[in-house]
Amino acid sequence: MTPPPRMDPDALLQVEDLSVRFRSDTGVVSALNGVTLAVRPGETVALVGESGSGKSVTSLAIMRLTPSPPGCEVGGRVWLRGTDGRPVDLLALPGEAMRKVRGDRIAMIFQEPMTSLNPVLTIGEQIAEAIAVHRGTSRASAWNAAGELLELVGIPEPRARLATYPHHLSGGMRQRVMIAIALSCDPALLIADEPTTALDVTVQAQILDLLRRLQKRTGMAVIFITHNLGVVAEIADRVMVMYAGRIVEEAAMRTLFQAPRMPYTVKLMRSVPRLQIGGERVALEAIPGSVPDPTNLPPGCAFAPRCSHAMEGTCDVVGPDLEEVQPGHFVRCVRWRELAGGTAR
Amino acid sequence: MAVAADITPRESPKRRARNRALARFVRHRLALFGLGAIIVLVLLCAVGPYLWPYNDLRIDISHRFAVPFMSAHILGADALGRDLFARLMIAGRVSLTVGFAAMAISTVIGTLVGTVAGYFGGAVGSMLMRFVDAVLCFPSIFLLLALAAFVQPNLFTITLVIAATAWMEVARVVEAQIRSLRERDFALAARVLGASDAHIMFRELLPNAIAPIVVASTLNVARAILLEAYVSFLGYGIQPPTPSWGNMLNNAQEYLATAPWLALLPGLFIILAVTGFNFVGDGLRDALDPRLDIT
Repeated sequence: MTPPPRMDPDALLQVEDLSVRFRSDTGVVSALNGVTLAVRPGETVALVGESGSGKSVTSLAIMRLTPSPPGCEVGGRVWLRGTDGRPVDLLALPGEAMRKVRGDRIAMIFQEPMTSLNPVLTIGEQIAEAIAVHRGTSRASAWNAAGELLELVGIPEPRARLATYPHHLSGGMRQRVMIAIALSCDPALLIADEPTTALDVTVQAQILDLLRRLQKRTGMAVIFITHNLGVVAEIADRVMVMYAGRIVEEAAMRTLFQAPRMPYTVKLMRSVPRLQIGGERVALEAIPGSVPDPTNLPPGCAFAPRCSHAMEGTCDVVGPDLEEVQPGHFVRCVRWRELAGGTAR
Repeated sequence: MAVAADITPRESPKRRARNRALARFVRHRLALFGLGAIIVLVLLCAVGPYLWPYNDLRIDISHRFAVPFMSAHILGADALGRDLFARLMIAGRVSLTVGFAAMAISTVIGTLVGTVAGYFGGAVGSMLMRFVDAVLCFPSIFLLLALAAFVQPNLFTITLVIAATAWMEVARVVEAQIRSLRERDFALAARVLGASDAHIMFRELLPNAIAPIVVASTLNVARAILLEAYVSFLGYGIQPPTPSWGNMLNNAQEYLATAPWLALLPGLFIILAVTGFNFVGDGLRDALDPRLDIT
């Protein structure tokens, strides 16, 4: 797939051929190998994959928060539609201009709400700070806005909570505060990097529900990074499955769950424990082997060594391209046509 | 609809945490003693001279070498008949001023250097910290004497010179703190929000490093008082007739056999001040150590 020369008119964010390489003592680590994706305003795109598949690196590269050049090289383009509707290449933006984009146009929340808040500043100070950084409003009005944000994310007694410190709050409450901070400047895009992973299930559901409501209200787009397919089914419009720094399958959420094409996606879905009592207990399938060493990726398909459908002489030689199964559904597998015949399931 | 069941109202744990630190400090007997000694000394030196009938510079030959507790000169008088208590109090002003001012200057310099070095790391950090190491390599007393030989000794220059030899410890402590703090998630979270480097350094990270800075600063006051006494004793510091504990010791040398109190009393004051600050520093170190908060 050749990168489109100009930005898709519908897209808010368009990532073209993004690659990230880290230099380490043991060699060059190819963390991302040509990731291309687009996010439209108001939609939720889930990035799914195992640890080390490049989900978080993608988000950090979009935010330009990867380490500086000698140790890390970033290639490709990241187009973001500016407030004036004109696309801007974030990777070419000067540092100061990029700093203004962060938190303002693109916000981000993290996996660990326990450590993402500064322990010595009050909740109110941290939210007000975020507003002041971009809006330069007065302390009093920033404080007021902070109270409203806490109310918006469903924290009881929001005004009273402003003066409390992070260690007073539970994990779920802290994640709400993180979301409030992320929303403080009304971003067009929210990158949520495993925001529910560290929370227990009931709180997970509350946070997902909150994110969905806030998205409906603000119309922001969300890139949701997770390894939890249950969460994906809950929140995503479109899903991109990543493996070894590449997108291996991309589809609308329903399509992906009903008819996954990439053997990796299929295996991933079978390795999710199911909630069921009675009937036959389906054996949980683990994917054999582990993610390939990113300093030494296999020459062909990166998944070939672990794939039960891998064909010698084909899969381990040629790296497959992303092919279109049907409009909006892409898969990176040489054998998807054969496997679609039924053998893949 | 706000779903918010995962919170329980609690009474302010921040206050409790602060009280715990206070309780630990109070339990530290020596720290309390040190604090008491410092308060008494500061009050004595600040207010005492106004209440005491004798002037520190008035020469009264008839009371030369007055023995302590034997006359109106409670703590005796020196070779020129000047009242020793008055001189000790005025000298205390000088010594304590030098101590606090040098501490303030060295803390500011050390914190700045340490924060910048710790935050940026890499070439900038290495250069700054190797410079710190280089300055630390000089025996500070010789550095002090060399510097003091070049400048006109007075309260201001002596303070600067002492501060110039005392900021490295703070820089090291702060650098180590900031270097570990900047890897924490909340530092990344601040960057994601578009905060500038200066903002992250001074608003986000530095407040987390306050406790060790306070401890190092307290110990620095003691060090500065001691250093001032050194240089003054050696004649490069505060110049007579202005008394300082150090130059009073210097003057007392000749009379060590005949009037030992002239040496003993300033020495006692120095010991009191220095150990006082050291005990308070130790007490603060224990009290502010967050690892002890696990109860």
